[in-house]
Amino acid sequence: MLQGVNLACVRGDRELFRDVSFSVAAGSLLQVRGPNGSGKTSLLRMLCGLSNPAAGEILWNGTSVRSRDGGYYADLTYIGHSSGTKDDLTALENLQISSALAGFEITAVQAVEALRRMGLKGREMLPVKVLSQGQRRRVVLARLLVCKTALWILDEPLVALDVSAVDLMRNLLEQHLQQGGMVVMTTHQEIEIAAAAISQLQLS
Amino acid sequence: MFFWIIKRDLLLAIRRQSDVLTTLFFFVIVVSLFPLSVGPEMNLLRTMAPGVVWVAALLASMLSLGRMFANDYSDGTLEQMLVSPQSLSLLVLGKATAHWLVTGVPLVLMGPVLGIQYDLPTDALFVLTVALLLGTPVLSLIGAIGAALTLGLRGGGVLVSLLVLPLYIPVLIFGSGAVEANMSGIAFDAHLSLIGAFLLASIVFAPWAAAASLRVSLE
Repeated sequence: MLQGVNLACVRGDRELFRDVSFSVAAGSLLQVRGPNGSGKTSLLRMLCGLSNPAAGEILWNGTSVRSRDGGYYADLTYIGHSSGTKDDLTALENLQISSALAGFEITAVQAVEALRRMGLKGREMLPVKVLSQGQRRRVVLARLLVCKTALWILDEPLVALDVSAVDLMRNLLEQHLQQGGMVVMTTHQEIEIAAAAISQLQLS
Repeated sequence: MFFWIIKRDLLLAIRRQSDVLTTLFFFVIVVSLFPLSVGPEMNLLRTMAPGVVWVAALLASMLSLGRMFANDYSDGTLEQMLVSPQSLSLLVLGKATAHWLVTGVPLVLMGPVLGIQYDLPTDALFVLTVALLLGTPVLSLIGAIGAALTLGLRGGGVLVSLLVLPLYIPVLIFGSGAVEANMSGIAFDAHLSLIGAFLLASIVFAPWAAAASLRVSLE
């Protein structure tokens, strides 16, 4: 279970939010909403331990994520705004390396399988720089298929995706939630996800 | 994981060879300019050879420091490294090793070839190679700290040289000192042992310091 307790975020001398509390239990999805500049990405980066909250605490199964010893990072998949792919490497190499970095070493066969499921058949051996924005995004999201982590933190995962890819993402999210996974995500697009527990966090 | 990082960085270096060649050509050209400008005075050339080779190696290694983390920073890979369950110090050690393989090893291989221009005797060439082999990884490791500290800063290139050059000085002194000692017929193994000690110390401390700097730079 992921908990945020009275979190506050300060950027420069501007306070983006304060007293934000939430908890995400197994099988539930937390959607972070708010206008541009309200601190959605800052909150997600905070949850990943990339920045420290100005006040408050983030707990994973009761231990603070800052201590780095609660096994938090082995359970976490973070997909942020920047792709984390290398233009000069092929889709296959990118997927293999990014999953190895996340602690899941996969074979080329598994990687090809995942890329095909993301609708990239025939593009596996192309360098990422020749792919379109949407296809690059699919390469990044393919990591969700191979890394079996409990908590997904997704920052605008639907950007640049077409209708069929959004459908695919919806299925993926529903499946993950059914298996007891947790999702924290931001999106400006409307997406109907059938899940038992969906909560919304509004940042103003 | 350590090997994945090395493999990835080597793959990237192969796909984008200009980065590697820039460093190597810089080294070759700087070292070759001195005999051309000083003139064919063998004794003078022999005396200045170790210093010139080492200073050129220092500058060449520094030339590519800016790129060590900058690309990973701009495309988001570095964020992924920070949220990885793997130890960040180990990942940094992998990156520094890859940096050495790409920029340091060519310098080690070219060092003795360039030494011939300075009429260095064979055993001095050998000592020069060993000293470079032990010393260039130290340059990459210490450089990683500087590169991590100046990540994302404007004018980081100048700042990194100011930060890192003072720390390079011991390597420079003992590296060229080993060759000079050999040429003047005294024992040179103390110099090499000291460079080896620098290497061991930097393998232990530099990845840790660079990892801490990366966390600060990314916040």
